[in-house]
Amino acid sequence: MIKIKIDGQEYQAKEGESVLQVAMREGLDIPHLCYHEDLPIEANCRLCLVKVNDRVETSCNLKVREGLEVFSQDQEITELRQENLELLLGDHEKNCPKCQENLPCPAKKLMEKYGVSGNKYPRRQLETKVEDLGTAAEFDPEMCVNCNRCVNTCSKIGINYLEIEGKAAQSQLTATADQKIDCIYCGQCTVHCPVSAVREKNHLKRVEEVLADQDKILIAQMAPSVRASIGEEFGLPVGSDVTGQMYTALRQLGFDYIFDVNFGADITTMIEAQELVERIKDDGVLPMFTSCCPAWVKFVEFYYPDLIPHLTTSRSPQIHSGGAYKTWWASQQGINPEKIVVVSIMPCTSKKYEADLNKFDLSISNSSGESITVKPVDMVLTTRETAALLKKQQIDLKQLEPSQADSLGEHSGAAAIYGASGGVMESALRTAAKMLTGQDLARLEFDSVRGMNGLKKALVRLDLPDGQEIKLKVAVVSTPKNARIVINELKKDPRAYDYIEFMACPGGCIGGGGQPLTSTEAIVAERIKALYQIDQNKKMRTAHANPLVKEFLDYLEHDELGQKIEKQVLHTSYEAKKRGQ
Amino acid sequence: MSKFNLLHQIAEAKLIGRGGAGFPVADKWQRMKEHQSEKKYVVCNGSEGEPDVKKDWHILFNFSEKVFQGMILAMDFLETKEGYLYLNRDYYKKLKEKLDPLFKKCLDYGYLINLFLEKPSYIGGETGSLLNSIEGKKTQPRLKPPSPSITGINGVPVLLQNVETFYEIALVAEGKYEKKRFVTINNTQNEGVFALDRDASVAEALKSTDNYPDSAFFVQVGGGASGNVFHKKQLNEQLLAGCASITLYPLETDVLQVLRQWADFYARESCGKCTPCREGTWQVKRLVDQALLNNRADEELWQKILTIANNMEKTSICGLGQALIVPLTSYYQNVWQEIKNDQN
Repeated sequence: MIKIKIDGQEYQAKEGESVLQVAMREGLDIPHLCYHEDLPIEANCRLCLVKVNDRVETSCNLKVREGLEVFSQDQEITELRQENLELLLGDHEKNCPKCQENLPCPAKKLMEKYGVSGNKYPRRQLETKVEDLGTAAEFDPEMCVNCNRCVNTCSKIGINYLEIEGKAAQSQLTATADQKIDCIYCGQCTVHCPVSAVREKNHLKRVEEVLADQDKILIAQMAPSVRASIGEEFGLPVGSDVTGQMYTALRQLGFDYIFDVNFGADITTMIEAQELVERIKDDGVLPMFTSCCPAWVKFVEFYYPDLIPHLTTSRSPQIHSGGAYKTWWASQQGINPEKIVVVSIMPCTSKKYEADLNKFDLSISNSSGESITVKPVDMVLTTRETAALLKKQQIDLKQLEPSQADSLGEHSGAAAIYGASGGVMESALRTAAKMLTGQDLARLEFDSVRGMNGLKKALVRLDLPDGQEIKLKVAVVSTPKNARIVINELKKDPRAYDYIEFMACPGGCIGGGGQPLTSTEAIVAERIKALYQIDQNKKMRTAHANPLVKEFLDYLEHDELGQKIEKQVLHTSYEAKKRGQ
Repeated sequence: MSKFNLLHQIAEAKLIGRGGAGFPVADKWQRMKEHQSEKKYVVCNGSEGEPDVKKDWHILFNFSEKVFQGMILAMDFLETKEGYLYLNRDYYKKLKEKLDPLFKKCLDYGYLINLFLEKPSYIGGETGSLLNSIEGKKTQPRLKPPSPSITGINGVPVLLQNVETFYEIALVAEGKYEKKRFVTINNTQNEGVFALDRDASVAEALKSTDNYPDSAFFVQVGGGASGNVFHKKQLNEQLLAGCASITLYPLETDVLQVLRQWADFYARESCGKCTPCREGTWQVKRLVDQALLNNRADEELWQKILTIANNMEKTSICGLGQALIVPLTSYYQNVWQEIKNDQN
């Protein structure tokens, strides 16, 4: 242990730590925008200033050493921080639509804290416009503070779509000119941006409009991961499970029915496990890849279109459940599906892109028997947007009594863990094992596919009724960087695996691009614990035990109307994609 | 001659780096010698991106062989056979015929000197930026510590010296070093690059080269971007500093023209990496451009740009951002206020 002094107070520090890291751990306030614990140190924002021997230094790259004494609060330091904030955030509020909507923005908090108006200096002018990241997200070079976090994040996960180009005041965030690279819409850039210059495509206005529309029947469905993260936006400890409070909050917002994407996850597990079993029995294309992460699907469709046959044809949870509401549930309730608006609440930006894809459109009949086309999901809010909407309506999650979801909120523990990397695999294995062996597993937990490791492998042995043993080689992968490693492995040995789960974001959806700021791997690991706890506490822990899912699938299989729509509600297809598609 | 002898001679001659920072050469050599590494490179910095400085050009044009000799002495000293000449691309265009045979000759003797052609820029001469540029990365400074010389080129430590320093080393080794240095003198009747006594005062430098006008004037010494500004009255006490250029301005030169020159240069040459420099240089240029439009330079303008330049000095990552305060403050104190006092 090394002893250092900050503002006269002694602190213990570890070898190799920076002064900023010590200060953050000890809860001391040193402002910073470019520093992120999971990313390379840039030291370019020049806000985390401290004084050492009367010299001004940045604390993010100031390593601790025995006897080091720093001062973080003197007048000059404060003024220099203010000056750099003014320089960085000139015209910030004026230019930023997010500020007006009160969306979380660390920059805004710093401005308030340091009494910085953003009016001292006009913003340097760039001749740029807001650039789309598909229909998922966007970036605005005018708002950017060149901290490089998005660029480093995009590089770290293995895409390298974003760059800061040019010199001096002309240096600006841009999409790479390299046509062989495309964005996969994962939104990791948005969850690492300290100034909301890179942000999700805003669906708040659309949601507010339909909330005010008396004629619509509004369904809210929340993804597995949101319940374990949104509490952070309301000051609750990281890893707090606020499932029940969220159901209450969504009702208070004015949604008519509160369902749950977890119900969709149970459908997905059933379809996907069934397909896996068929591929194994019929010598189909193996390994089978999961497809519930739209960013991963986009990655395959753009970078590795020849691998498309490996993707399960199963739709993803939000699309499955959305389809169920607008077909089966609507007909049961005698509701005109045209009137239904499904809003998903997701930890993700690519789910916006997914919901928007025409390939999921359902061709069905309305209550007058006319042919209509509807989307399974109409709008998608990120966890951040949802928190902003709740705050705007002055709904404080902390103060709410938990409540239950409506009928189609029913779900298994297997669905709850979909949010964590390895969760989809584990859920599918629980159900595939039952399908293959006729029995439920004695132990449902697959510890080897859990955790933050971006590349996990396991060998699963199952005893078949005929006395034979079946061995399944599985892998669980997060981030495109790790995906490439596994894909290269498959090039050498095409049967290295039987089943692979892929997620774009570190830690899975729980570390998704739509999650609260600041997301760090340590925070994501805490949220994951909450998901496994939900599973642990559930009586119903397998998708095939979900009676409503069974009912829905029976309808599709046996009902005359259901048979007509079975394929389009449950399955999908893929196509090679060009840049920006 | 043994290499320890050479180190001793360099120390005796009190050579300091001629890139502008003035670090003792013997200390740098000693440090690089002691640093344990399987491989080391010798790198010659021929970027010369500072306005008003043409001495490296002058040396390469007239004495390129000496520069290569200096590099080979350094390579022998470090027991390496490989180095880099990092050269301003525009210089190479005009020096190709002189330099190409020298690379070849070195190779014949077993020394590989790689030529790296730099797109001319100010930041390109800064150590970390130079090394990043050779590595194919953005031409931007590196964070310190660790020392950029140690992280070097793809992990290979480097001994980096300026063109003039290698030239001086060759002279020292031959026993021909006469404690002179090259001085670029601009905007005078007899402008050019002159070899002058290294300890000369600015006044002596101007007088000995027939460049000292009778009329009132001020000078910028040590680089057209980062050099200090002095009034004519101060020149007997001022020694040649930095990269030893002297640029002369008639005292009546419009303050806004002088400011514009600096503001434009910094706003163009900032690499854009850190806040104070990227944003600060743009704001200074904006303020000066605005003042030019109104044709009005007043105390308020000065206070605004000095605040920004002070912040740049205290909080920028590298020497470029830290340097703008030097010409601004010295001009403000030595010329602007002097003129005001005279007027009152």
